[in-house]
Amino acid sequence: MELQTVWFGLIAVLWTGYFILEGFDFGVGMLLRIVGKNEAERRAIITTLGPLWDGNEVWVLVAGGATFAAFPEWYATLFSGFYLPLLLILVALIIRGVAFEYRSKHADLAWRARWDWAIAIGSFLPALLWGVAFANIVRGVPLEVSGLGNVEYVGGFFNLLNPYALLGGLVTLTLFLTHGAIFLTLKMSGDIRERAHALVTKIGLTAAVLAVVFLLWTQLSYSDKTWTWVTILTAAGCWLAGLGMNIKRREGWAFIFSALTLALTVVSLFGVLYPNVMPNIDRALVGLDIHNASSTEYTLRIMTTVAVIFTPIVLAYQAWTYWVFRKRMSSEQIPTPEAGTLGELTKSH
Amino acid sequence: MDALELARWQFGITTVYHFLFVPITIGLGFLVAGLQTAWYRTGKDTYLRATKFYGKLFLINFAMGVVTGIVQEFQFGMNWSTYSRFVGDIFGAPLAIEGLLAFFLESTFLGAWIFGWDRLPKKMHLATIWLAATGTLLSAYFILAANSFMQHPTGYIYNQTTGRAELTSIVAVLTQKTAVTAFFHTISSAFLEAGALVAGVSAWLLVKNKAVDVARPTMKMGLITTLVASVLVFISGDMQARVMTMQQPMKMAAAEAQFNTTDHASFSIFTIGTPDGKAPKFQIRIPNVLSIMSTGSAEGTVEGINDLQAEYEKTYGPGSYTPIVPIAYWAFRFMIGFGALAGLFALYALWATRKNRIPSNKWFARFALAMPFLPLIGISVGWIFTEMARQPWIVFGLMRTSDAVSVAVSGTEVLISLVVLTLLYAALAVIEFGLITKAIKVGPPENVVVHDDASSENERVLTFSY
Ligand code: HDD
Ligand code: HEM
Ligand code: HEM
Repeated sequence: MELQTVWFGLIAVLWTGYFILEGFDFGVGMLLRIVGKNEAERRAIITTLGPLWDGNEVWVLVAGGATFAAFPEWYATLFSGFYLPLLLILVALIIRGVAFEYRSKHADLAWRARWDWAIAIGSFLPALLWGVAFANIVRGVPLEVSGLGNVEYVGGFFNLLNPYALLGGLVTLTLFLTHGAIFLTLKMSGDIRERAHALVTKIGLTAAVLAVVFLLWTQLSYSDKTWTWVTILTAAGCWLAGLGMNIKRREGWAFIFSALTLALTVVSLFGVLYPNVMPNIDRALVGLDIHNASSTEYTLRIMTTVAVIFTPIVLAYQAWTYWVFRKRMSSEQIPTPEAGTLGELTKSH
Repeated sequence: MDALELARWQFGITTVYHFLFVPITIGLGFLVAGLQTAWYRTGKDTYLRATKFYGKLFLINFAMGVVTGIVQEFQFGMNWSTYSRFVGDIFGAPLAIEGLLAFFLESTFLGAWIFGWDRLPKKMHLATIWLAATGTLLSAYFILAANSFMQHPTGYIYNQTTGRAELTSIVAVLTQKTAVTAFFHTISSAFLEAGALVAGVSAWLLVKNKAVDVARPTMKMGLITTLVASVLVFISGDMQARVMTMQQPMKMAAAEAQFNTTDHASFSIFTIGTPDGKAPKFQIRIPNVLSIMSTGSAEGTVEGINDLQAEYEKTYGPGSYTPIVPIAYWAFRFMIGFGALAGLFALYALWATRKNRIPSNKWFARFALAMPFLPLIGISVGWIFTEMARQPWIVFGLMRTSDAVSVAVSGTEVLISLVVLTLLYAALAVIEFGLITKAIKVGPPENVVVHDDASSENERVLTFSY
């Protein structure tokens, strides 16, 4: 197989990892105040994410870095073209990351409520916007060749807000919400688990409808391959299986199926896209594909060697942390939930 | 202001800001690992409390390092997409490798460290902090190698047909002298900063008579770290200066405001002159030192700005190849000056606290508060010097900064992001500073219990939670 295809595949793998892993922590972040009714519960929820969220986020950093290294033209056109949505994502990831660490430092409940909002909004925006971005890539965007011979995005901001892309955003949003709720049923005990359980079916069915419409639209309008039918239909099947497993209280299976759905969704989108990486909205005009966007053979070979050696190692130790922190958490395990973790016990509203 | 100007401001602000947290993460990570090792070896409670206390400061800082780093990763594509296209073949690789090798390691094992106190066997828990600290070193190496390519491009060819730089040797990029010396210099400055932070905080605790049993050994550790690091910073800085003089003579000329080529060049410690630095009114100069610094010999010839400018015009065509001289000149002196001040402070404090003395004077308290900021200022202006004195080049000799900016991004868009990020960063600075001071005021914890038997953990109340 040629290396461009390998790297197209690897980038799809990185996004798959990202959607599965950060997908649930986005979902949990949005549900924080809905599922966690008091301080002890909220802190128990954040503590389950504590050891995991940064490792999850690195998947997108590596996806970005890998795109830079393997397809510099794609990286450059995409990141400069989708400037404002990416800025929003950055702001969201910043406030969210800081919030996890800082929220419980003070005993002040108003302080904590503000950080909870930072977590909720910081999870909501990327959950929505990654979907919007991917849908736009699949749909194609207005591109032109600049004076320097570079392929540049010329669509502006509002061009990105078309119905298909917005639907894509709602799909990732609701999938992540459900995925997060399933994660909570798997990792928490007591009331939190019950509340999350009830939410899975509700949000999951909405997600199912949106996702089916979106994926059918994708297949019918943008796909020139029949095999993507298979991944799309399997994705739908997995989702239903996941919702069913949730009802049967087989929480581990429910999580596996929702993770599979996310994986198959990414695979379907990348499958539809291939061999393009950023097609022109007008397919007759110039666009970026794995060949005209790629770096040299030499760089791809180096990167392949590095990836082959280190990806399994990374997977192994990330799996190890998930194993170490596999136990369910309950709100009773949080000592003095109203106290600030910096050590003071005073001042609460 | 146009998109270029704004994008430069944004890159400068966000990068210097990111680098306020980076040296603390790198240096303090190792110091905390050292403290925990001391506890593991001796079982002494003081070391455990010190680990917990400095671990807390470390984590407050780390969070900021992480979130500001994400901006850096995206910014190349967002604001400097023409640059990204031009060097992507070379520059992307170290960046991606950094993510795969370093960021995963740091984030995963730090997560395990924070929450692993009660769940991992002691030895394994100790290993997690060392692994996370190792991750920060790897991260520094790869990103500095990428930056070094911009200072001194190697291991590439220029492809006429595509108009791109293409990688020919990753080994050359990763092992060139610039990268090695920059790594050595940057890492020692990170230890300088972390040492000064620990020394300052512990000295303050000592003056306030808080947790003296923890403060005293940690202060000593901080002071010795500062002292050793300041020597290493000087040695590595000197190496870097030689490499730089060969590779970017204009930078050295600007750092010295040396307009004409001379041998036996003297070094000015201080200059009062016209604002553009073109004519000194008053100077203190040390003979021969500049020649020694840049060539290793007192007779060495140091090229001047005017001659270099003329030479570059011949090679690269008309235009200005001179950076802003007063900035280069003063940034260079402040870098060395503030770093040296930290070293001197450390020396003084070691003397003042000899044989368990506790100096009670006001000056000691003030100095304790100033200590952590000295190297931090030195480090920031060090980077400002390194980057600004390279201008007008973004990649030396290959691409100008003015040609590197994104075409698809409008001035308005950059203005929005510049304002949003600056305001957000300012707000976060206030919050982070508040938390750090609060944590310091609360001081080291009194009694700490660590369970490391994983058996009954399900019901046990956590000793640490978010
Ligand atoms: C000499 C070291 C050094 C330098 C020059 C830079 N960084 Fe940095 N960076 C680190 C050393 C570091 C670190 C020590 O590894 C950090 C600091 C705090 C932290 O959490 O990790 C980090 C964090 C960090 C993160 C977050 C990683 C995570 O989620 O765990 C990203 C994405 C970047 N950096 C990216 C960059 C980019 C693109 C830079 C170039 C402009 C850059 N950094 C300069
Ligand atoms: C590793 C990859 C890096 C790249 C691609 C890069 C690129 C750039 C660019 C494009 C600019 C704007 C041009 C300009 O303003 O003159 C700039 C400026 C600057 N960079 Fe770097 N830089 C890198 C690393 C760093 C690092 C690690 C630091 C230090 C923390 C740093 C510090 C600065 C500073 C202080 C400025 C402002 C100087 C100015 O505005 O003239 N850079 N850099
Ligand atoms: C507090 C921290 C720092 C101190 C005390 C310090 C000190 C020094 C010293 C003593 C020299 C060599 C002077 C000579 O013999 O020529 C030097 C050179 C240099 N430093 Fe630093 N430095 C610090 C931080 C930094 C940082 C963070 C950077 C960014 C990478 C940096 C970049 C450089 C460069 C590029 C040189 C060579 C430039 C030249 O010699 O003109 N410095 N530094």
